[in-house]
Amino acid sequence: MSAASERTELLGELSSRILVYSALAAGLLVCSPCVHQKHAQLVTVRINRPGSLAAIAVMGTLILTSCATNEMQHTATPGALAGGINGSGASSQGSASDAWVAAFQTDNPAVTINYSPDGSGAGRKAFISGGVAFAGSDSALSTKELAQAFAGCAPGTAAIDLPVYISPIAVIFNVEGVTTLNLDASTLAKIFTSTITRWNDPQILALNPGASLPDATITAVHRSDDSGTTKNFTDYLAQTAPDIWGEAASDTFPYKIGEAAQGTSGVVEAVTNGKNTIGYSDASRAQELGFASIKVGNTFVEFTATAAAKIVADSPLLEGRGASDIAIDLNRTTTDPTHYPLVLVSYLIVCQEYADPKAGDLVKAYAGYIASEAGQTEAERSAGAAPLSADLSATVMAAIETIR
Amino acid sequence: MKESPAPETAVTAPPAPVRAKTPSRPADRIFASSTVVAGVLILVALASVALFLIAQSIPALIADPAELPTPSTSFWEYVAPLAFGTVWAAVLALIIALPLSLGIALFISHYAPRKVAQTLGYIIDLLAAVPSVVFGLWGIKVFAPFVQPFYEWLVDNLGWIPLFAAPVSGTGRTILTVAIVLAVMVVPIITAVCREVFLQTPVLHEEAALALGATRWEMIRMTVLPFGMPGIISATMLGLGRALGETLVVAMVLSPALVINFVLTGSANPPTIAGNIALNFPEAHGIGVNALIATGLILFIITLLVNLAARVFINRRKAFSGAN
Repeated sequence: MSAASERTELLGELSSRILVYSALAAGLLVCSPCVHQKHAQLVTVRINRPGSLAAIAVMGTLILTSCATNEMQHTATPGALAGGINGSGASSQGSASDAWVAAFQTDNPAVTINYSPDGSGAGRKAFISGGVAFAGSDSALSTKELAQAFAGCAPGTAAIDLPVYISPIAVIFNVEGVTTLNLDASTLAKIFTSTITRWNDPQILALNPGASLPDATITAVHRSDDSGTTKNFTDYLAQTAPDIWGEAASDTFPYKIGEAAQGTSGVVEAVTNGKNTIGYSDASRAQELGFASIKVGNTFVEFTATAAAKIVADSPLLEGRGASDIAIDLNRTTTDPTHYPLVLVSYLIVCQEYADPKAGDLVKAYAGYIASEAGQTEAERSAGAAPLSADLSATVMAAIETIR
Repeated sequence: MKESPAPETAVTAPPAPVRAKTPSRPADRIFASSTVVAGVLILVALASVALFLIAQSIPALIADPAELPTPSTSFWEYVAPLAFGTVWAAVLALIIALPLSLGIALFISHYAPRKVAQTLGYIIDLLAAVPSVVFGLWGIKVFAPFVQPFYEWLVDNLGWIPLFAAPVSGTGRTILTVAIVLAVMVVPIITAVCREVFLQTPVLHEEAALALGATRWEMIRMTVLPFGMPGIISATMLGLGRALGETLVVAMVLSPALVINFVLTGSANPPTIAGNIALNFPEAHGIGVNALIATGLILFIITLLVNLAARVFINRRKAFSGAN
């Protein structure tokens, strides 16, 4: 009995100590924006006894309030825009969106923008029902969706798609002794459908003359969760190797073979830690691994941000849509060696004309910032996106000008 | 409670007020009603979860199967691999965890010197406090790459056993890896309960067995284990509950595919219900959300059945345990 009570006491002491430290850490973290101000000195008080939790809490509140008063002074300058809008949609845009929102709100302190990365489908649905002012989506609105009435838009007007986020998808591999790898679409499709199962398969060897590929089983890693990356990867294979890849593009990996891992980081982790692995992921997240070069036309194209942006800029627009609707029909079967065809294009879906003019002004300004050079640089910095090419950026800007 | 309406049967009044006074203390009433509230609250919570699951599941059950997250001919075809994977992973985890836990618990309660037993007890309890996300990270980063060569060996040498059929997973993120990580998570729970139960064994039983000439192992087999059987079963059920419902570890570590197979070392493993919900809910919309919730209902039913079975088993064993 005494042992048990001793143990609870010990645990209690431990947990209270953890509480104290986490409270302190939280205080530090929350206050980090104002660390450059003199109030930060308060934090250097030493904590000797775990019992001083209350003191910490009081101190934390003091620091916080002092922070808040400092922030208040910044917001004193009035911005031209005020109010709040909500958006929802693709998680691919999530981290870029966080950076955009932060930067935009710094420039316009009276504006609040919320973006919740619920997924493309959910975002489009919420936008159509008028639940959010804009949606992020890895695919443009379908003609069926465009035929519907948009609850948040002025009656009789349609919604438009603006390509704002281009994320190259890299084919990553981890094979001992191999640093460069050339693949074409049919080989890639065969690897991911387990038709090719060994690294020294004649078809791979033919593409990589002189390479020392091991006699080992290929472990192809795909995403286990629904993802726009999978959709674009499978779309590429379905368009360029339809005789081998028998399935249409889909968010879930269509075959029940191969290795699966959760999220971009899960795939990168599996490829890095596994043996003789190959996978696909957002290019920005897999810098330490080898990138395979993809055959375009007669040359093997290495992934670059410029080549990724170029195929989006050079692809035709979907036909039969409004003048400001920039839905891109990605030409993945391109043979131009300046193109890198494995890209994900994510759209900002907005109303042509908003029922609420105030929301229209806010969306217009926000979209204008995203498509601007500053916004695109921000996305490149925060999420590793490929910035829009100058031509495409100009087209998108012109479309944004028509938003009312 | 039964004593209070005594005045009814009593002919003489005098003792009644003395007895009636006891339950009328405010502290007593507050305590009694707060326990009632606590008891009711948990029932209400359970009922509301069950209602939510049923109400949200119905659209998926009656929907066109083509609209399900993975196109199948019926909802049952969609859920079958998930239900199988859930039970399969949990059973594997228990097969590994149960003998280990019994061994640790017996070591602590009957074999180890007091000091060692105490330290070991602390460490085991500490293991129970590690959050599952940490186990998940450990599974991906350390354990899966560590066991992969062993799986390779198993497939190369014992590939004729269907459990180790080729091809081997190149990353080690298989259902066996998940089961082992789950076992590590379940061991502290089973051990803690078993240890306490084993310590409750009447000393007279133990001494009687020893006096009759039993060795220590015979004594444990004849007194401790029969006495502790209901406790062992309860502990197993607690562990099974955690293994069935564990989400994060499975979502992070397992390489899933919607298949039913018993292969332990391959790339295509049956997913578990909880892991599948965690993976697909973030991007789910429309009927997909209902389908995921419906799989949650199935998990709820599986857990309920397992618990009921355990209850029945414990009640049957009670007579022979020597506990009464």
